[in-house]
Amino acid sequence: MAVTFKLNGKTTTVDVAADTPLLWVLRDTLDYKGTKFGCGVGQCGACTVHRGGVPVRSCQLKISTLAGADIKTIEGLSPDGSHAVQKAWEELDVPQCGYCQAGQIMSASALIEKNSNPTDADIDAAMNGNICRCATYIRIRAAIKRAGEIKRAAGAVPASGAKPLSNPGDGAFDGTAGRPRSLFDAAR
Amino acid sequence: MTTSIRPTSKKILDRRSFLHVSAIAGGGLLIAAYAPELEAKAALLTGRTRRADYVPNVFIKITPDGLVTITSKNPEIGQGVKTHLPMIVADELDVDWKDVRIVQGDHNTALYGGQGAGGSTATPQNWTPMRQAGAYGRSLLVAAAAQTWSVPEAELTTEHGTVFHRASNRSLKYGQLVDKAATLVPATPLTPQQLAAIPLKDPKDYRIIGTKVPGYDTHKVVTGQPLYGIDFTMPGMLCAVFEKCAVFSGKVKSANLDDIKKEPGVRHVFIIDQGAPARDGLMSGVAILADSWWQANSARKKLKVEWDEGPMATQSSAGYMAKAAELAKQPPVRNLRKDGDFEAAYAGAAKKVEASYYIPLISHAPLEPQNTTALFKDGKLELWSATQQPSGGRSLVVNTLGIKTEDITLHIMRSGGGFGRRLTNDYMVEAAAIAKQVPGTPVKLLWTREDDIQHDFYRPAQWHNFSGGVDAAGKVVAWRNHYVGFGDGTNFANSSGIGATEFPARCVRNYSLDVSMVPTGLQLGALRAPGSNGIAVAIQCFIDELAGAAGKDPVEFRRDLLSQWQADPPPPVDPNAAAGGGRGGGRGGAGGGQPQFDAGRMRGVLDLAAEKSGWGKTTLPKGTGMGVAFHYSHLGYFAEVVQATVSKAGAIKVDKVWCAGDVGSQIINTLHAENQTQGGVLDGLAEVLSQEITIEKGKVVQTNFGATDTTFSLMRIRQACPVEVHFLKTNNPPSGLGEPMLPPAAAALVNAVYAATGKRVRQMPLSKTDLKWG
Repeated sequence: MAVTFKLNGKTTTVDVAADTPLLWVLRDTLDYKGTKFGCGVGQCGACTVHRGGVPVRSCQLKISTLAGADIKTIEGLSPDGSHAVQKAWEELDVPQCGYCQAGQIMSASALIEKNSNPTDADIDAAMNGNICRCATYIRIRAAIKRAGEIKRAAGAVPASGAKPLSNPGDGAFDGTAGRPRSLFDAAR
Repeated sequence: MTTSIRPTSKKILDRRSFLHVSAIAGGGLLIAAYAPELEAKAALLTGRTRRADYVPNVFIKITPDGLVTITSKNPEIGQGVKTHLPMIVADELDVDWKDVRIVQGDHNTALYGGQGAGGSTATPQNWTPMRQAGAYGRSLLVAAAAQTWSVPEAELTTEHGTVFHRASNRSLKYGQLVDKAATLVPATPLTPQQLAAIPLKDPKDYRIIGTKVPGYDTHKVVTGQPLYGIDFTMPGMLCAVFEKCAVFSGKVKSANLDDIKKEPGVRHVFIIDQGAPARDGLMSGVAILADSWWQANSARKKLKVEWDEGPMATQSSAGYMAKAAELAKQPPVRNLRKDGDFEAAYAGAAKKVEASYYIPLISHAPLEPQNTTALFKDGKLELWSATQQPSGGRSLVVNTLGIKTEDITLHIMRSGGGFGRRLTNDYMVEAAAIAKQVPGTPVKLLWTREDDIQHDFYRPAQWHNFSGGVDAAGKVVAWRNHYVGFGDGTNFANSSGIGATEFPARCVRNYSLDVSMVPTGLQLGALRAPGSNGIAVAIQCFIDELAGAAGKDPVEFRRDLLSQWQADPPPPVDPNAAAGGGRGGGRGGAGGGQPQFDAGRMRGVLDLAAEKSGWGKTTLPKGTGMGVAFHYSHLGYFAEVVQATVSKAGAIKVDKVWCAGDVGSQIINTLHAENQTQGGVLDGLAEVLSQEITIEKGKVVQTNFGATDTTFSLMRIRQACPVEVHFLKTNNPPSGLGEPMLPPAAAALVNAVYAATGKRVRQMPLSKTDLKWG
């Protein structure tokens, strides 16, 4: 069936079987490879995209239900990686294998849009559907807070109460004394 | 300062001398270095002996525009190798990181020698060769500048890709010197003496090593660019699924192929059957090729296959448990180590403890499902695959399909996680076998998550049966482990063994390690910190049990054990023995208990973890406890303290982990090292919290991700606690960080749960035990 929807701001029409999940329309029909396949059952979040600004699992969305929908993928988050979440992810070097990170970034950007000063609990609630097999969760929490800072600064909203975050990887050890200094504890 | 990585034979030293330089047509300088340890690793993985001929395997290209292009030959699986090895080269070459470009090399043993990802070997094997390659390049550029200006080399300095003559205030950029440098190439390769004479930087002068460098591909990752095997595509490509029997010994008897051919988009349906069951390789199955993957997988749901399930259909987890329990009561198949007189010491011990620990099968579950794209055309095969062991994959294709090595091109794609799963290349040979049936058509084989969980090479189960005795003073005087692992009755299966010198060997005077094997038809393989990820849990928990019997504090008890360490006589040097983590039949050569185990280094990290965690200095409420564990593997020393809280209802919340690691004198990329260490610690916690694969009627019960008995549980962000990472700098060669942080985390959590609840869990994972209290 032919379905017309908005993809990253552009009107897009595809003609595929009605039960085809949005994930496979994106990857195979439209060649948008940023959205990833991890489980196919909505458990891992690697396929997360925005529908009307809300994070959804594209492996669970049949194309037949998407006529007129407003879909945004990682490719549409910013033209050049300049979204606050992408910048924070780069700054803190969140990825290890990186496979889940497009999905993480889509969930995180939806969170930051609603709440640019989230607590750990807010972050855990918003991000619990996104599995990172490398377990970069500590950096993900820190990067979401950093993205909030970037967003708040850009919005010229006074960053009330925001403290500078520790930098990851600082002070691996004290080279002179042969004994380590205290290290970054990102989740605090 | 040159650092000797490990005792090296004369032969290897001689062969390290190769370092070739040549001019590039059109301008530029190409440095090709030979790093023999890399090839030793390849020989270990492939079982082949090393070649005698010269094989360059580190490429550095400097072009007149001043850009430095470094070939990354090893697969990138999230361990950061594509960034941190070039950092070493670039620092010694004295160029700015912004001028470095990194390209992924294809699989080409003739060009690069060994290429692989596993065993936390990249750092220890490359630390010296990469520095030498960079330093040699720098020395040539300095020589070129000296000739240009007719000044002594000693008057020249380098910085930011530029040679300076401060006395005359002159400078030339490397790009301006490369063509002249290319003419200075010695006619013969450098001798070992010449190579060793090339000055390496004093560590205090490092500008890139030891700094925070973001992953080279991080920008591409966060902008969703196609990088991974699954993302590869080409015109005319078909998408394939491959249905195999859920029982590993199963074969196709018949299938409704004609029905499936009528399904939308389906182009080809056929049975692949090599005849004999091929463990580690190509199983019998049905391939469905369609225009899109969704079409292929939709058609698969209508597939009806009659299977001949074969002999494994009678096997089960319950059967393995029963067999292991039976073996534990019998005399062992053999003894691996005997010191003193265990029986007499145990009989005379003041306190005796017996305990059996069970470590379950678990799955690797890298997030990118297995896939490979293959094109078979005019008798030649081209492959695009995310693999940790490309040479093993190519050999598997050669041996299974009869395609010649020289007719195979293998492009190494970024892996969406490895964890050891992609050391085995079953998915690669499947794609090749399917593509061979449709010559001229590219085919992308992609597994479902269910395929991955049900056809893994699982972390083997382990059964540890301990007897230990402490004397009246609370010292361990007798230790015996009758270890039972999977195997054929005489030899251990892949990654199922235990090292003869596994701790606390050499710390207990009356020590016995006995072993027996449970037969299985399962595919087994190396999971991150293979062997160690289970061995550490059992041993470090039993040490706590002995500490409890002795009435000693677990940290103090461990200090005392370490103080008892006595070295074995040095083993004979085998010039052909490849160092590093082998993944074949054993535990991994760099696993725990190697002869070079240094009790002092372990004491250092134990003290540090205790100090940072405030061990013994805080009063914790009931339901909250701290556990400690340490483990040596992959040349790394790690001690960790876990604090966990168990609710009265029995739910575990890990509060925090303090991790102390000693991986030598230098952390190369401090940004990634911390991330990798925190991830590895959390990975260890996840394993013991809730991961288990079970077998019924020869089939894996678990299907996809989830938190039930029939699904496989991965850690989520809610379970991720803070992990404080401390590296202890010691004067030892840098070693790898892919794995050694994992085992102590798992063990320390189980000890923390005991401290919190008084319940000693011996059957992993923890989720199987009711931890209610109060």
